[in-house]
Amino acid sequence: MLRLMCLISAAILFGPSARADEPPIMLPPAAMTLEGARHALERLSFGPRPGEIAEVHDQGVDRWIAAQLSPGAIAESPALTEALTNLPTLADSNAQLYRKEAMLRRDKSDDGKEERQAFAKAVAGDAMTAHFDRALLSNRQLQEVLTNFWFNHFNVFLGKGFDHVWIGNYENEAIRPYVLGKFRLLLEATARHPAMLFYLDNWQNTAPGSRGAKGKEDGLNENYARELMELHTLGVDGGYSQADVTELARILTGWGLRTRPERGPFTMMKREPDFTFAFDPNRHDYGDKRFLGFTIKGQGWQEVEQALAILSAHPATAKHLSFQLAQYFVADQPPPALVDRMARTWVQTGGDLSAVMRTMIESPEFWAPEAIGNKYKTPFEYLVSSLRAAKATPSDPRPLFGQLRQLGQPIYGIETPDGYKQVESAWLNPDSMARRLSFATALGSGRLGKDEISVNEAAIRSTLGQTLLPQTDKALAAADPRLRTALLLGSPDFMYR
Amino acid sequence: MNRRHFLAGSLLLPFGQAGWMARAAEAPAGQRRLVVIFLRGAVDGLSVVVPYGDDDYYGVRRSIALPPPGRDGGVLALDGHFGLHPALAPLLPFWQAGSLGFVQACGSPDPTRSHFDAQLYMENGTPGRGATSDGWLNRLLAELPGPHVPTQALSFGAQMPRILAGPQAVANIPSGAAAEKPLAIDRPGVNDAFARLYGGDDKLSRTFQQSTQSRQQMQADMAGGMMDDKEQIAANNGAPLPDGFPGDAARLARMMRQDPQIRVAFLALGGWDTHVNQGNAQGQLAGRLKPLGEGLSKLVTGLGPAFQDTLIIVMSEFGRTVHENGNGGTDHGHGTVLWLLGGTVVGGKVHGAWPGLAANRLYQQRDLAVTSDFRDVIGPAAIRHLRLPGGAAATLFPNAPNGGGAPVLVRA
Repeated sequence: MLRLMCLISAAILFGPSARADEPPIMLPPAAMTLEGARHALERLSFGPRPGEIAEVHDQGVDRWIAAQLSPGAIAESPALTEALTNLPTLADSNAQLYRKEAMLRRDKSDDGKEERQAFAKAVAGDAMTAHFDRALLSNRQLQEVLTNFWFNHFNVFLGKGFDHVWIGNYENEAIRPYVLGKFRLLLEATARHPAMLFYLDNWQNTAPGSRGAKGKEDGLNENYARELMELHTLGVDGGYSQADVTELARILTGWGLRTRPERGPFTMMKREPDFTFAFDPNRHDYGDKRFLGFTIKGQGWQEVEQALAILSAHPATAKHLSFQLAQYFVADQPPPALVDRMARTWVQTGGDLSAVMRTMIESPEFWAPEAIGNKYKTPFEYLVSSLRAAKATPSDPRPLFGQLRQLGQPIYGIETPDGYKQVESAWLNPDSMARRLSFATALGSGRLGKDEISVNEAAIRSTLGQTLLPQTDKALAAADPRLRTALLLGSPDFMYR
Repeated sequence: MNRRHFLAGSLLLPFGQAGWMARAAEAPAGQRRLVVIFLRGAVDGLSVVVPYGDDDYYGVRRSIALPPPGRDGGVLALDGHFGLHPALAPLLPFWQAGSLGFVQACGSPDPTRSHFDAQLYMENGTPGRGATSDGWLNRLLAELPGPHVPTQALSFGAQMPRILAGPQAVANIPSGAAAEKPLAIDRPGVNDAFARLYGGDDKLSRTFQQSTQSRQQMQADMAGGMMDDKEQIAANNGAPLPDGFPGDAARLARMMRQDPQIRVAFLALGGWDTHVNQGNAQGQLAGRLKPLGEGLSKLVTGLGPAFQDTLIIVMSEFGRTVHENGNGGTDHGHGTVLWLLGGTVVGGKVHGAWPGLAANRLYQQRDLAVTSDFRDVIGPAAIRHLRLPGGAAATLFPNAPNGGGAPVLVRA
C-alpha cells in the first residue's frame, strides 16, 4: 500500500519579520524633490497617475516609500477589490482546479473538449486579468512591481500541462505574500507549489529502483535541481558543479505531488490524487549526499529543507539576486559597489528582502542623475504605465493581452524558466517601436480595446515631470492637436522609466 | 476589398520612396543567402540523426530509442549507420538529392549545461566569453558587400536575439499572420508626426527610422505573391495556423523570393527541452520535429530557384544525455547534431567524426562528445557560401580552433 506523507509547513521555522520598529527611510536631498517623487513612482510603482507626483512629494518621498515597504498597512483600492470579485475562479484551491481539469480531460467527446477549452480559457483569463488589474489599480504598487519581478524570477509557464489552472494561485500564494519577507520563505513557497513542481518536472523525480519507482517514474530528473541553482539561487557562475546538480536531484527525489491514490492507516478510505504538494518517502533516495561541500544525511524531506537553507544563505545567491534587483530597479549595468552593499545586507540579515530593498533605495546610486529615466520599459510596463498616465481603466483588459503578445511579453507566456529579460537590448527593436507607437496613437485618440475613453493631454503631460526632451517639445509644437496625446505617450520621455 | 488590394492600397499611402527600395521582382540568380534556425532548449540530436547502427544505442535508451529502418516506427535509412527521425520524412528527398547534410557530434567546447549560457556563446560566437555583446550574424552582415539596407537581415519574433545584436541594421517581424496587419503608425499623418519626434540620430530615432523603412519594404514583400500561397489565403480568413513554423517559413520564403536584399534571416523555435516523456516515433519530440520538417520543406519549395543560392543552418545549444533519465526523457548534455540544407551543401552525408556511445567514449561519462566545433563548421561554410573574404573567419568566430583547416561542407 502506498502512503504519502504530508508535510507541516516550514513556515513555523521562521517568524514574520517585525516592521513596527523600523528606522525611517534615509534619502539623499535630491530624492525629496518633485523630480525625486517622479523617480520613486517610475521605479517603485507602475508609473505615476495624474496628480500623484505632487501627492507623493507633499507626503514626503521617504514616508511614501516607507509605507510601500509595509504593504499590509495600505488600504487596497476599492476599484481593484471590486474588479477581483468579478473573477470567479480566483478563489478556487489548486486541488479544486486540478480535479475539474482532470474530470474534463477524461471526457473525450467534442463537447467535453469544448468545455475543457472554455474552462482553461476562463481560469487563465481570470488569472491574467487579476495580474493586470493589480498592476494597474493596486495601492500597494511596490508589492505589485516586486510580485512581477519575483514571478518572472521564479517563472512558470501557462502552456505547460496543468500549469494554466495553477498559475494564478502560484502568483497569489507562492509569490505575492513573500516579496518583502525572507527569501528563504519565498524559495520554499515556490519549491512546494504544484505549478513549479510540474513546470520543472520534479514531481516525477524518483530514486531509481526505489520502492515507489514504477513505469516512467524510475530515475533521476535533473531539471528542477539545475534551475534551482542556476536561476533561482546561486547563478550560473555560483560555483556549483555537475556533481552538485546530480546530488541535489537525489535530495529532491520524492519531493512532488500527490499523484497516486492514498489510504489512511486505520481506514480503507481512499484519498484520490489531487496533485497537491506531497513528499513520497517511497520514491526518495535515502543515501547520504555531498552537496556544495556539505554532507547531507539521508533522512527524507528534511534534506530538501537543508538544501534550500544552504542555497538561500549562500554568498553567491546574495550576489546574484542583488545584481538582478539592482538591474531591474537601478540600471541595466548596475553599479558594482551598490550590488556589493546589497549582497552584504542580504548576508547580514539572512536574506531579508525588505532590508535589501532598503539598502538599494537609500543608496546614492539609486537617485544619481545617471540613473534617472534610464530604464527602457518592458512592454508590460509600457502598457500599464500608459493606462495609469491616461487614468484609463479598461472595462475588460483581455483585448490588451493580445497586444502584449505581439509586443513579445504575453502575461505568463514565456516558456523558458529564465523569464523575460529586463534590459533595453531585449526590447528596443524596429517592430516593437512600430507597435508601441501604434498603441500610443490609439490610446491617445481615446480608443482602448472596445472602450471609448476620454484622454486629457494636460493630465498625461503632468506625469512626465517638469521638463520634456527638446525633441519632444519640438514635435509637440508642430503636431496636429489631435495627435499631441499620442506623441506624449509615444515620446522617448515615456519609453523610459 | 480583399486583403491583397488593401495592403497594396495601404502601401501607396504611408511612406516616401527610399533609394534602396528599387528592386527586381525576383531575387537575381546567384545572390547568396543564409538562414539560421535555432532550436532553443537543446534538441536531442541522437533522436534526429539516430545512430541505430551503434552497438550501444539500444542499451542506453530503454523507452525512447527509435527502431532501425523498416521496423514499425523505425528511422529512415540514411547511410547504414545513421537514420533520420521518421517525423522528418518531408526532408528525405533533399537528402537524396544531396542538398541536406548533417554534422553529428557537433557543439561548443564550453562545458556549460546551462541553456542560457550555451545559447549566448553560440550566438555571440565566443564560447566561454559572455561579455561579447554583439552576435556573429551581425558581424557577418558587416562583412557582406553593401548597400546595407534595413531589410538586409530579418528576424522573426518580437525580441531581438543576441545572434543579431550589433551595429548592423536588422528588421524584425512577429511570428504568425499578425505580422501582416497594418498598424496605425503606417498611416501617413501619424508617421509624419512621429518622424518629427524621432528624426535625430539617437538610439530610439534610429530604431524608428529603421522601423519605418523596413515595414514599408516588408509589407511590399509580403503582399507580392500572396495569391499563389494557400497558407496566406488561410491567414486572410483569420484562421489560426495549425502550427507556427510552417506559416512563418512560407512567409519567409515569399519575402526572400520577393526581396533580393534580404541576405540573412533568423528564426528561433522552442520546446526541445524534453526532460519527461520524450517519446520516440510518436510523442513529444516527434510532435515538435514534424512541423519543423514541414516548415523546412515549405521554405525550400517557397524559395524556388533561390534555394540553390541559400544555405539553411539548423542548430541548437547542446545535446541531451546519452542515457535516458528516470522519466522517459533526457537531461542536459553536450554534443548534438547540426543540419545543413541548401543548394551549395555537400549533402547526402553525415559529416563529423562519430565518437560512439560506449561508456568510455562519453563526455564526462554521460554525454555525446563534441568532435566538431560549431565555429569550425559554420565559419568556413558561411564564408564560402556567401563568398566572404577568408579573413572574415576571425571576425565571425575570433578563436575558432581550426580556422581555415576545417573541412568546408559547402561548394563554392
